[in-house]
Amino acid sequence: MFKKILIVAFAIVLGAGVTGLKSKSVQAAGDVAKPASQEWSTDGLFGFFDRKQLKRGWQVYSEICASCHSVRLLYYRNLVEMGLSAEEVKKIAAEAEVAAGPNEDGETHNDDGELIVRPAKAFDKIVSPYPNDLAARAANAGALPPDLSLITKARINGANYLHALLTGYKEAPSGFKVSEGMNYNPYFPGAQIAMGEPLSDEGVEYEDGTKATVEQMSKDVTAFLIWAAEPELEERKRLGVKVMLFLIIFTAMLYAVKRQVWAKLH
Amino acid sequence: MSSRTWKNPIIKWVDHRMPIVTFLDHAIVEYPTPRNLNYWWNFGSLAGLILVIMIGTGIMLAMNYVPHTSMAFDSVERIMRDINYGWLIRYLHMNGGSMFFICVYIHIFRGMYYGSYKEPRELLWIIGIFIFLAMMATAFLGYVLPWGQMSFWGATVITNLFSVVPFFGESIVQWLWGGFSVDNPTLNKFFSFHYLLPFVIFALVFLHLWALHTHKSSNPLGIEVKGDEDEIPFHPYYTAKDAYGVGLFLIFFLGFTFFAPNFFGEPDNYIEANPLVTPTHIVPEWYFLPFYAILRAVPDNFVDVWGILPVIIPAKTAGVIAMFASILVLLVLPWLDTSKVRSAKFRPTYFWLFWLFFIDTIILGYIGAKPAEGTFLLIGRLATAYYFLHLVVFIPLVGKFEKTKPLPDSISAAVTAGGADAKEGS
Repeated sequence: MFKKILIVAFAIVLGAGVTGLKSKSVQAAGDVAKPASQEWSTDGLFGFFDRKQLKRGWQVYSEICASCHSVRLLYYRNLVEMGLSAEEVKKIAAEAEVAAGPNEDGETHNDDGELIVRPAKAFDKIVSPYPNDLAARAANAGALPPDLSLITKARINGANYLHALLTGYKEAPSGFKVSEGMNYNPYFPGAQIAMGEPLSDEGVEYEDGTKATVEQMSKDVTAFLIWAAEPELEERKRLGVKVMLFLIIFTAMLYAVKRQVWAKLH
Repeated sequence: MSSRTWKNPIIKWVDHRMPIVTFLDHAIVEYPTPRNLNYWWNFGSLAGLILVIMIGTGIMLAMNYVPHTSMAFDSVERIMRDINYGWLIRYLHMNGGSMFFICVYIHIFRGMYYGSYKEPRELLWIIGIFIFLAMMATAFLGYVLPWGQMSFWGATVITNLFSVVPFFGESIVQWLWGGFSVDNPTLNKFFSFHYLLPFVIFALVFLHLWALHTHKSSNPLGIEVKGDEDEIPFHPYYTAKDAYGVGLFLIFFLGFTFFAPNFFGEPDNYIEANPLVTPTHIVPEWYFLPFYAILRAVPDNFVDVWGILPVIIPAKTAGVIAMFASILVLLVLPWLDTSKVRSAKFRPTYFWLFWLFFIDTIILGYIGAKPAEGTFLLIGRLATAYYFLHLVVFIPLVGKFEKTKPLPDSISAAVTAGGADAKEGS
């Protein structure tokens, strides 16, 4: 029995050790303000997507963020999985234009050399605000608005960081020199960010009547981006719970078998 | 052990022409095993299991992965988003890498604690170290494939290490790159090697098992098997015990896979590789951290301080030598260890040295995750020095001066009812 306890203890120490290592390497990332932990519906063993919140989050993204930030890994059809109806998605897609590709005559450009376009469809990728990184930089005084499709996975403590950043704009403390065209935000590495404060109260008008405070919009758009980064999250955790239940019972049975077999030896 | 006669006519027919059934019967059914193996002996078979899982998931990933700098990152995301259960296969493979190293590290430390590497199992140990080396290479190559920021910059740092090879350094690095920087030819090459090496590991594992089955397993008491009463057939005893271990291990492994799949990873690798932007901290995967700490521990003025080496060796070169030496020195561990007694159970001094060494490697891992400056660098240097001191000085000395405890007469005397260690192996 003592041996078993030792093994379990070892596993815990190992896990704790790695966790310690990781939190330490976070600290080493520089003297930035630590984002406060928020509650997300996706947290925990039974994490799930709050479809209404995702819908609101998509609204914030598409009305505010999408003017500069792409979600280039997503297709319009993914929005159906998120909770919009096929009709809504069709409409949303049709507002954007994509290259039509070669027509019957094999032409991709018209006689004036312009690209032949068509309204986007559900099977198209969500159209990015800029054709390429250079165009994005040119339109943003040299700064590149990062693609948001993986943002909550691509930053340490992603969701909390994002929420802290979006709600963290404030006056720079006296003595802190903010460069031309930059904004003070203690959560951004270096505390200076090119993006101006994107959210303001009533920045969008929610269809479901939720009051559009900065806090609310930030939470909603972050929830949307958690979904965008890990659309499999809900299915993953649901399957995980079943697999764990099975394994716990199965392992208990294997232990019983082991005891039974070894009993003959003692 | 006399071979059985087979009743089933088909098995009998096959076995007469190619005794594969008899071979398997010898190897995994009646295979005589010491009766006192404890749960630390589970990690060898667990490592074998995870190797099979890695090859299985890897083959499936390769069906949809595109080894091209402009498509690799997106093809991985396509696996995550559009391939049926692609996220599961990919997360199993990602976390499986960490699990493989957890199993193998425990397996190696178990060998050190119980002195499993000693005569006549030196070759078994040496093959094991080669498996470990091949695993490290495979893991590094695999980490480059998703073509994230850490993939790219990790590849840049590690390939550059080879530039310290005298005379051929530059040519080797250019050959690895397939050009003058980490780029598309590098990615293609790494993909090819990443697919090749697991099969090399598989072959090495076969040799490892061959050597194992020649002299059979060592055991926690570290004394040789003296007769039939010391042994039990592998099946059903250890198949049952291993199966239970597999259950526990899968709970651990799949717990991460389903609920914290990115726990062992770096967020930076979800940013596509960009040769123009260097990440603030380039950190390897956790299982390389102790060696990364050793690499960075060697002082810039190494040669001035020690004055040992006649040629001018830059710090980088000395660091690389130290890093490779830290693994290669393990190859001669069976000869560095002068003690006739295997198990730390009967070696009171070595017992403490072992745990100090274990803590030392944990410290090295911790330092490897830190920036190489100030106190961290100092601690890293001391821990590196201790690492080599332990293996090259303490291990040979302690074997000569240590007063070991008396060994039991036989395994069965020690562990069966009435013996002093009745609980051992239960």
